[in-house]
Amino acid sequence: MRKASSRTGRSLLLLAPLLVFLIAFFVWPLFSMMSQAVSDPAVLRLLPRTAEVLADWDRKSPPTTPMQTALMEDLKAVNDDQALGDMVRRLNSARSGFRTLMGKTTSALADTGNPPADLVSIDKRWANPEYWLAIADALSPLTDRNLLAAVDLGRNSAGNIEHLPADQSVNRVILVRTFWIAALVTFACACIGFPYAIIAASLEGWKRDLMLAAVLLPLWTSLLVRTAAWFILLQEQGLINDFLRWIGLIDAPLALIFNRTGVIIAMTHVLLPFMVLPIYSVLITIPKNLMPAAASLGAPPWRAFLRVLLPLSLRGVASGGLLVFISAIGYYITPALIGGPGDQMISSIIAFYALGSANWGMAGALGVVLLVATLLLYSVYARLSSDDPGRR
Amino acid sequence: MKTITKTGILAAAAVVLSASLALPALARDLTVVSWGGNYQDAQRTIYFKPFSEKIGKPVLDEAWDGGIGVIQSKVKAGAPNWDAVQVEAEELALGCADGLYEKIDWDKMGGKDKFLDSAVNDCGVGAIVWSTAIAYDGDKLKEGPTSWADFWNVEKFPGKRALRKGPKYTLEFALLADGVSKDELYDVLGTEEGVERAFKKLDELKPNIVWWESGAQPLQFLASGEVAMTSAYNGRITGINRSEGKNFKVVFPGSIYAVDSWVVLKGAENKDVAQDFIAFASQPQNQAKLPQYVAYGLPVKEAAAEVPAEFAKDLPTDPANMTDSIALDVDFWIDNAESLTQRFNAWLAQ
Repeated sequence: MRKASSRTGRSLLLLAPLLVFLIAFFVWPLFSMMSQAVSDPAVLRLLPRTAEVLADWDRKSPPTTPMQTALMEDLKAVNDDQALGDMVRRLNSARSGFRTLMGKTTSALADTGNPPADLVSIDKRWANPEYWLAIADALSPLTDRNLLAAVDLGRNSAGNIEHLPADQSVNRVILVRTFWIAALVTFACACIGFPYAIIAASLEGWKRDLMLAAVLLPLWTSLLVRTAAWFILLQEQGLINDFLRWIGLIDAPLALIFNRTGVIIAMTHVLLPFMVLPIYSVLITIPKNLMPAAASLGAPPWRAFLRVLLPLSLRGVASGGLLVFISAIGYYITPALIGGPGDQMISSIIAFYALGSANWGMAGALGVVLLVATLLLYSVYARLSSDDPGRR
Repeated sequence: MKTITKTGILAAAAVVLSASLALPALARDLTVVSWGGNYQDAQRTIYFKPFSEKIGKPVLDEAWDGGIGVIQSKVKAGAPNWDAVQVEAEELALGCADGLYEKIDWDKMGGKDKFLDSAVNDCGVGAIVWSTAIAYDGDKLKEGPTSWADFWNVEKFPGKRALRKGPKYTLEFALLADGVSKDELYDVLGTEEGVERAFKKLDELKPNIVWWESGAQPLQFLASGEVAMTSAYNGRITGINRSEGKNFKVVFPGSIYAVDSWVVLKGAENKDVAQDFIAFASQPQNQAKLPQYVAYGLPVKEAAAEVPAEFAKDLPTDPANMTDSIALDVDFWIDNAESLTQRFNAWLAQ
């Protein structure tokens, strides 16, 4: 008994580096990203007095003197610029204009020689209840605001969930588009990758090495370089259009770039190795004598393929498809460089919130939506690909 | 025996691991970050290399594409791996308000009077005055566009157009094309109807627009003939004309200019050397060399006066180019960038 437990302990010790690594670089970042999406402490932390006073406000009438005094006291007590910055960013995200308003207000409050009587005397925007409403709505430490906005929903002033106006709704369209492009790329990769892998697996010696090298070499080239190369090939006066015109197949250049066609072509090329390699690795384990055996039992080649080779290699196709699909939904550079405005995928929106406006809440929420959608698809895949669907 | 060996290995591994965690990181050399492309090549020649020789240590340089989120995450994570960074005016305003930058030692810089007023900030020192303007290939278009109304006119000037992807500049240009005067521009854009009007004007041109994101792309589009005209950063146009013998033209009327600044990230390892570097890049005799490589205006008054006339005529700060150009309204964009970007993305996806 003691021996067994010490063995478990030792094997856990051996696993420890991996577990620590996974927790530190995968679980924890994922968790903190998801918690960013729902936690909303930036305003409450700095404005405790205002929060107390605002609890009695009717959310409609102009701000009262106690409200203004409380906010002034709160703002005077702030001594952490970065926390103030987080609060202003949060408020400006809900109501444009807070940036300049807060800048003006804090510098007026810092001027101790000439103390302002109330906030409205600093800037008349403080008389507008909308700014106070934005503060009042930001005082709960947890929020569903980002998650709702990630799927184009929002709360109206009464607190009910409703659709955002059409001119602000973009995420759902782009999410659907992201999954559609990823599906098209997966399909294209399967159509090219499957026959390619069959041919590669059926060859021997240097021919097989050559075919595998042709797949692997691009994999070792930077993604950016491959995308830029496609840019040169696909453009209006690029190699492909020039060649087609030279052989007289077309008169006017084909539109191959800044549209969906270009994105699919470039992404298929970039992701092809992830389809070919899993299929290939499954195919080489299939005994070579199965096809002749099927033929000896009277199956014509197409039937031998359908009944023997295809079912045996389907596992490779499925894992290749999953790899390609999951890589494809995160694509950012290729659609940005090769695609048109109608081909941008969700990563570009996430990148804008994270890098462009430091709105980590929205970036996290979009990430959560993407993750949940992917997990759903994955569970469908797991159900379909399991040997015994009835058991689950 | 076997157990001893195993324990020994584990112990050794633990020692190595803890030692590697406890060791102080090797001192990083001064890292300067700018906008890449031929602009950064010029900076490397006239600022980075001479400064590295002066201090007798390497100067590393990196390129970025902007974004306050990048700066914020570097500073918040602690010990940022960049020291001096060139930022746009909004990043300066946002980051300074949020405490992401060190305060500038203006005595080191030689006093605030040395600079244009718009180049002086608690957290930043102006590096260049630059314009976003219409650019076209003078070899392909003998009679080029002269205004944003021409840019929108696809009958008179057939071919595609390229614009920077995002609401900033794009909405301004659309309103200018729609006949709004430069003095009213931001008053109109500040209203709901004004934004509406700008998007409506953009609708007209939408099928013909190719969007660019990094400053080198519009040059490539023009060179390959993919677009007939584009918005572009003026300095890069002049730069490519000189380095590759192109005949690209810049249309200054209706262009929008802004000041880029050097900042030092809060808590950066080399923050003092970074301030020395900024002072070095602000010395008139060093800064005056910039316009022979890229045509950006100089914020140091004495340096601007030293620029030979043949280069001065291409600068955004040249009086003739200044007359019909517009200053970017930084306050408008720090308030409205997020909501208008959301709206712009929705418009783009339609």
